Amino acid sequence: MKEAKKMKRLVKSIWIFNWFNSCGFTEILPVIGSRWDMERFGIIPVASPRHADCLIIGGYQTEKSIKRAQRIYRQMPKPAIVIGLGSCSMSGGMYWDSYNTIKRLSDYIPVDLYIPGCPPRPEAIFRGIMKITEMVKK
Amino acid sequence: MMFKVLLVVVISLFAIVMGLLYKGIDRIFTARMQSRVGPPVIQPFRDVRKLLVKESIVPENAVKWLFNLMPVLALISVIMILPYVPMGMAPLLETHGDLILVLYLLIFPSLALMIGGFASSSPYAAVGGQREMVKMMGYEFPLVMAAISVAWLLRSSGISNVFSLAVISGNPVWALAGPIGCAGLIMIFLSMLSVIPGELGRAPFDVSEADSEIAGGILLEYSGRNLALFYLADAVKTIAVASVVIALFLPYGISGFFGLSGMAALAADFIFYLAKLLCIVFIGLSFIGVVSGRLRISQVVPVYWKYPVMVSLTGLLLIAVDTVL
Repeated sequence: MKEAKKMKRLVKSIWIFNWFNSCGFTEILPVIGSRWDMERFGIIPVASPRHADCLIIGGYQTEKSIKRAQRIYRQMPKPAIVIGLGSCSMSGGMYWDSYNTIKRLSDYIPVDLYIPGCPPRPEAIFRGIMKITEMVKK
Repeated sequence: MMFKVLLVVVISLFAIVMGLLYKGIDRIFTARMQSRVGPPVIQPFRDVRKLLVKESIVPENAVKWLFNLMPVLALISVIMILPYVPMGMAPLLETHGDLILVLYLLIFPSLALMIGGFASSSPYAAVGGQREMVKMMGYEFPLVMAAISVAWLLRSSGISNVFSLAVISGNPVWALAGPIGCAGLIMIFLSMLSVIPGELGRAPFDVSEADSEIAGGILLEYSGRNLALFYLADAVKTIAVASVVIALFLPYGISGFFGLSGMAALAADFIFYLAKLLCIVFIGLSFIGVVSGRLRISQVVPVYWKYPVMVSLTGLLLIAVDTVL
């Protein structure tokens, strides 16, 4: 089956796996919870990378933690999406001059989408998911 | 004969669809009780459709044939239960199997999960498998007690072939027992309700798949097609377990009430059966799941052996008193 068709089925039920080492996770919790409720779009968090369709990498990554992130990405069954959450994943954010942070995530992992913000609003996360759905439709 | 074979195929396809539908309804119930909107009803169908196109990874150190065989076996064994239990009508294979066979077949999906977990070579899955085994020790006892007490009551009323599910659902137990016996039956019914979440691996007895402690437990290494098969097996098992509870305790039809006959009676009974199924799913899965957190593994067996077992033993004692009087 073609990749595009697979992706069409995938965006209808996205199971996400979180890889966070900064403030990102506490900011994504409301999205799971009852106020923003991402389950209404079929998105649920799972505990194992083997079940996941979408890897959300939140915040800055260090030289050490990026190895684990890459390992998680390799463990995920394809097709899979990678989302970089927060401005730290794009540019290093407020740690831009630190000696051991990763400045650009896409140098290490094939990132499909960045969601900017420090940290991003829940609405921004939904908009990101919407962008992916639009991308797949095209 | 051919007709029956065809019916079995129809019933298994129907059970898969209904199982997924009830899973969706259960998710909506759960969401509404947590003041969320919840996914659309067809979300489980979307999940399965997606899982079927995903890559199916087999870990390097896994026992490959066991790892790939167990999901298929789990689904087949739950589907095998369905022709033996009454689903709004007499069971299709009523002369070929009885309640004891169904109780044995209900063990099999858990066993398949366990073997699959052990075969996947992951330590987390091995822990999950051991937890599943411990949990089974807890819930099997009240389950068997319910079966025994119903059969005993039928036997003492002078009915033969008491373990046949057609006989059990043909003679509602509530009419056979006196007031003391009815009190006992209510206690056994309650302990049976507490078995449902354990049997299906849901909160508060979801220790074997505990997401936050052992990262998915038994299902940890499963992905793609194999995970989809386990997902389907879980959905069908919901229908099977709830059907057994309905056959034991709520085997009433609605057609006699309205004076229907023929196909109309069959249809009315079937719709009524679906409504009963919804009640059981709501009370046994959604409600208990929402109001309770996950028990620790060291609490599961003590909780089962303290309350449901004691309650069902007392119930059995009351029924014994009732049959003597």
